[in-house]
Amino acid sequence: METIVYQGLIGLSYSMYLWLVAAGLTIVFGVLGVLNFAHGALYMLGAYVAFTIYGMLGLDFWLALFLSVVSIGLLGGIIERFFLRPIYDLELPYQLILTYAFILIFDDMVKMIWGPVFRIPAMPGFLQGTVSIFERAYPIYNLFILGVGVAVAVLTWLVLGKTWWGKTISACVSHREMASAMGLNVPLLLTTVFMFGTALAALGGALSIPMRVVVPGLGALVIVQAFIVTVIGGLGSLKGAFIGALIVGLLSSYGVLLIPVFELFLAYAAMALVLLIRPQGIFGGK
Amino acid sequence: MRTGISLKFGRIPYILLGLLIALLFVIPLFADVYIIYMVINILILSLFALSVNLLLGYTGLLSFGQAAFYAAGSYGCAKILVAMDSPSLLPGVFGGLLIAGAVALVLGLLCVRHTEIYFAMLTLAFGMMIYSLALKWRSFTGGDDGLVGIPRAPLEIPGLFSLNMTPMENYYYFVLVVSLIAIFIFYRLVNSPFGLTLQGIRDSESRIPFAGISVRNYRLICFVISGLYAGLAGALLPPLENTVTPPVAHWEHSGHGVLVCLLGGIYTFAGPIVGSLVFFIVKDIIVRFTEYWLIWLGIIVLILVLALRGGVVGTLQERLFPRFGARLAKEAASERTVEN
Repeated sequence: METIVYQGLIGLSYSMYLWLVAAGLTIVFGVLGVLNFAHGALYMLGAYVAFTIYGMLGLDFWLALFLSVVSIGLLGGIIERFFLRPIYDLELPYQLILTYAFILIFDDMVKMIWGPVFRIPAMPGFLQGTVSIFERAYPIYNLFILGVGVAVAVLTWLVLGKTWWGKTISACVSHREMASAMGLNVPLLLTTVFMFGTALAALGGALSIPMRVVVPGLGALVIVQAFIVTVIGGLGSLKGAFIGALIVGLLSSYGVLLIPVFELFLAYAAMALVLLIRPQGIFGGK
Repeated sequence: MRTGISLKFGRIPYILLGLLIALLFVIPLFADVYIIYMVINILILSLFALSVNLLLGYTGLLSFGQAAFYAAGSYGCAKILVAMDSPSLLPGVFGGLLIAGAVALVLGLLCVRHTEIYFAMLTLAFGMMIYSLALKWRSFTGGDDGLVGIPRAPLEIPGLFSLNMTPMENYYYFVLVVSLIAIFIFYRLVNSPFGLTLQGIRDSESRIPFAGISVRNYRLICFVISGLYAGLAGALLPPLENTVTPPVAHWEHSGHGVLVCLLGGIYTFAGPIVGSLVFFIVKDIIVRFTEYWLIWLGIIVLILVLALRGGVVGTLQERLFPRFGARLAKEAASERTVEN
């Protein structure tokens, strides 16, 4: 029983990590209709920027988070404005391939700048140590990720649901031409949404550095995790991504106990199963 | 607008094609082992890219799971060759091919229920399931070390002949002949009524059923054939490398197949083959200057997607030989009148 609860807590913090990874991806898909393969690569860049500022220059962890989110958000703006915008009208394969090209570019760029080795910076002081749950050590860092995950969920919900910006986005999603006719600068709005999505990717990456290794090729790994989560929850649905993250996180933490070797297999099987039975995902529309 | 895939050639292209094939046959006479090894890799990649393009260019389905069938071919061939008392090449390669076809049939039944993004995601999910099996099912697949010590078995038909495959050029000839046959069959296939129906499905999915054609069955057959080609490409690999490792099943490998098609041009027959050639040449040139060649590949892909969506072959057809293209169009038009 204690094992079950403890493992559940481990799973929950993993879920929140997955949620941070998937949130930006699903928002971008929901609004722009583009499945951004480069999302994982942007996550990786966010991790490397934060690592450079915090781990190499020895500056404040929070500053590293902030600068990483801002710089990668701006990079996202450039990608959307100059590369994605010209091809919105093309068939799906071209969009996927274009964003795929950025994985190749960013992966090798990271190798060139930071070298091909694994990087793990020291844990910031306030996140060190563990708390005791059922006489087992539970890392404070995991609690921190749990807190941040919930905070980001609440904040995105507030921003998208309650602010002027969020409301213009929903206007844009449901009636793009009408929104444009009412004087909204729709292309600019789409750019800001993409920036928001990439900033979230960077946040996930930056937060992951004290715990998960920072290594080139991370992008390809992270993006499939994000795909699993968003597909299960429903592509484009924010609530779906949150629930999907919970399902995958818990599935994986209990899967490790039950069938340790095929935990990975289980996650992909769940993704395939959802696609077959309910392709729009648990919370997808239509 | 998409250019038609089936092009009627005049006499000159046939002569060029004959020269090219003749060149391929004489390469081992003057080239060193490295070149021969490269050309084998180009041929294998061509078959793999053709398999991707049968779905992408001809049927309009983007698969991120082709590497799974490639891996089924590779691991199948490797397992058979290792298990045989006196290994023989043909059972290994054709065994791998059939295993890949069987896997494609099972997964295809499930995958062709969807199109567009859901098809891409479903093939990705199944592909990664096979990848995780290759990585984790240690007792059967050797885990991340893969399978090692696979013999380059002799090509033999008992009672008739036996050819030693150990010299690289002998294996080269085997791969070359198999590839040429496979490419020829592919050409006949896509220019048959079956191939035209696939293009019809791609261009106008809603109208095809009115002709009494089951879209899903055609997609399934297409999926299985595509799996067979990926499996053949994969099955040719283990005798060359003597080893198979899990990355052949990874979705990034599927992604490379898609990129190669785009390099050459997805709405052309020769695109994937030319793309494979360009892929290896670009790689070979760039790695002389920098080990970070994927940046440049990425930039090339960006340029292709933004400006030159026809790829090498499509762009050549459109821009460099407008007159040639016009003549082809005229020929095609006159033929259509004859048919009418």
